[in-house]
Order: sequence, then C-alpha cells, then structure tokens
Amino acid sequence: MLKVAGIENGIVIDHITSGNGLKIFQKLNLDKLDTPVVLLMNVSSGKLGTKDIIKIQDNLDIDLTVLGLIDSNITINIIENEVIKEKKDIDIPKRVQGLFKCKNPRCITSIDDYAEAEFTLVPNGKIQYRCNYCEELTEYKL
Amino acid sequence: MGLKGRHLIDPNDFTIEEIQHIIDLGLKIYQNPEKYSEICKGKILGTLFYEPSTRTRLSFESAMLKMGGTVLGFSDANTSSVKKGESIADTIRCMDDYVDILVMRHPREGAPLLASQFSTVPLINGGDGGHQHPTQTLTDLITIQEYKQEIKNLKVAFCGDLLFGRTVHSLLKTLSRFPNISFVLVSPKELQIPYHLKQELIEKYQVEITETSSLEEYLPHIDILYMTRIQKERFFNEEDYVKLKDSYILSRNKLASSKEDLLIMHPLPRVNEISYDVDDDPRAKYFEQAKLGVYVRMALMASLLGVNE
Repeated sequence: MLKVAGIENGIVIDHITSGNGLKIFQKLNLDKLDTPVVLLMNVSSGKLGTKDIIKIQDNLDIDLTVLGLIDSNITINIIENEVIKEKKDIDIPKRVQGLFKCKNPRCITSIDDYAEAEFTLVPNGKIQYRCNYCEELTEYKL
Repeated sequence: MGLKGRHLIDPNDFTIEEIQHIIDLGLKIYQNPEKYSEICKGKILGTLFYEPSTRTRLSFESAMLKMGGTVLGFSDANTSSVKKGESIADTIRCMDDYVDILVMRHPREGAPLLASQFSTVPLINGGDGGHQHPTQTLTDLITIQEYKQEIKNLKVAFCGDLLFGRTVHSLLKTLSRFPNISFVLVSPKELQIPYHLKQELIEKYQVEITETSSLEEYLPHIDILYMTRIQKERFFNEEDYVKLKDSYILSRNKLASSKEDLLIMHPLPRVNEISYDVDDDPRAKYFEQAKLGVYVRMALMASLLGVNE
C-alpha cells in the first residue's frame, strides 16, 4: 500500500470525492505554490469507498471558500507540530466573489474589468447564486 | 426623508414610504409647477446615455430645466470617450467633478450599479439592458396614484414582452411590495418573465401570479392593463423577433368586455401593440403617463439633491 508521510505544519483537505482532487488542485492554483504539496487520488476510505486527499505543507494562507461550492463532504484539518490543531467543516459560502462568471451574457461583469462577478447564495436548497449586478441566477459547476 | 445624496439603481433601494413621498411630491409639482421652477438653480444634471433613448433622456432633461437647473452629457456612446475604450469607472470619476447628479442608461445589466460604486454624486439608473428601469417604475406608480387614487387592491395585467421588458421587471418587483396586488402575466411562451424573477416574486412577496397566453380571457377582470412592445433590439436574431412581434394587438373591439375604470398604460414607444383607435378611449392613459414621468423625475432629483425641503 502506498504510504505518504504526514505533514508537520499545514493543511490537509480530506474526504474529497474521488476524481475531484485534481480539479480542486487546479482551482486553488496549488501548482503555483513553492511549498510541498501532495495530491493523493483513489485512496481507500471507510466512509466514501475511495477518496482523494490534498496535503499542503507550510502554508495556511489559502482561500478555501471554493471548496464549499464543490463538495460539502470535504473536511479540512489544520496541522501544527504534526497534530491536528483545528478541524473545519465546509460551509456553502453565502457570498462569493470572483470564483466564477455570471452566466448572463448581457451582464456588465462579462465585459468590464472593474466589475468582478459577485454573487449571493439563494436560499432554495440548491447551490444557486444571484448575481449582485444583474440578478441572474447561476448554478456553480466544477 | 433621508433621500439626499442617495443613488437609485433598483426600485428596492427605496422603502415604500420613500417611494410614496416621491410620488406625492411629483403630484404636488404637477399641480403647481411654478412653485418649483427655481429649486435647482445652479445645479447640473449629467446625462450618460450609452444607448439611444428619446423619452427617458428628454424627460430627465426637461425635468431639470423645469426646476431651473442645467444639463450636460452625451446621448450616444460613439460621441464620447467610451468609443476610445474608457471604462465606466474612469468616466464617472471625471463626471463627478462636473455635475451635481447623474443619470445613466447602459445596454449592459448592472452597469449603473458599477457606476454608483465610483460616484460621489447621486446616480440614477436610466435603464440597464433588460434588467431595471426604476424611473419608469416611478412614472408608472405616479400614474396609478393619479388615476386609481391609491396603490393597493389591484389586479394588474402585463402583456407582451415580459422576458426582456425591463420596465415590467422593475414594476412587478415594486408593485409586489404594495398591499393586495395580484398579477396576470400575458405573453407567448418564449417571452414569459425570467424564472429567477418569478421565483423571487413568489418566495419574497407571496404575490398571486397567473400566467396565460390569452389576453381576452382576463380582460373583464383586471383593473390595470400594462401593454409592452416586443423589443427588436433585445433579440439576437431577426427570425425570432419576426415570429413574435405581432403576438398581441390591443384594439377598441377587444376592450368592449373590460371594466369601465380600466387603466391602460404603456411605457412607450409603441409600435403596433395598441391600435390607434384605442388612443381616444378615456381609459387609455399612456400619454398622460409619459407626461407625469417628467414630474416624478423632478420630484426624484429634488429629493436626491435635497433641495425640496
């Protein structure tokens, strides 16, 4: 069985649905980091059957908001001195800025660099966001 | 009233009480315009019209001139620095120093909200794409107040282009906040109101909505009929426009079954959706509506400039 050592300090993104790990890796721009990062795919999991895991060493300054849009099963462990200092559950973000584009081709955010797409979650049980500029609903897809 | 210095981007920016205040002031000005003919002396209205408009632009200009103020701006994006690629933010940052209040029309939805984030003077949305047109809403509301005496207990039908018609969207959202208003939405399937708007009206305001493609069926039961034009400029291809443009034409004959005190409105311009033989029916008030639009814009600008106290 493949073994990967634990990290001393950093973030572990666990319980990622198999297949989403690489997409999250890209979405968080982890290839741009200069600290060690590990992506584990199809690891066996009691809860999910198989899962993906991402381990990021020596870097706590990553905006993880997007994870709530992708998979609410994900858990985040903050590691300090090789022990889990904090476990975070993922929430679907109520407000989102710049993570995805408004689907309305007439929206000002589609042509103006000053207007970064901003959305507010619609409380309807789906992951649907209302554009703060044009009010069109956009459903987030990874 | 606390309206001084505020922007008007969406009719929901104002409370019902604030909207009522503007309507009441508009009717006071309408009844005695002389009294208000100097209140904006020394004030300048900046008009930023990124797409063509006759009625809204001239109505705003007339409103400012009638209050003793002056106007500057552009009525065609091709004659301004916009053509050179200037951003909205930069245009606003400069115009701010030249004027006391701004009105902006833009084909892109949300553009006036973006502009307001950079404006230090009150900015009014003069229409943004198919999204909002709050001063048309104020015009519609002052007309309802004038001819129905109060804005409540009304069954209001909207007919025509309910998908792209921004005047319809703004008015639906605002009327929903007044007491006991219900809607009949008459349109071909292709031009029904956007899903997100319908969802918002039902969830947020719990209004009663009936959707239909038959105008005749509901004519005897409604208090207000709001007709709209099928807008050629909102279609991406001509074929879709041609297919739908003659969907509803209101004629004098069709009105035979409707109430005697029906109020017929239209944001104008009209093409052929209301036959000319309806114009002299006493229930047709669309030209009076356009006239009242000047007075409600006077009331709005006076309130945002804080000159009416």
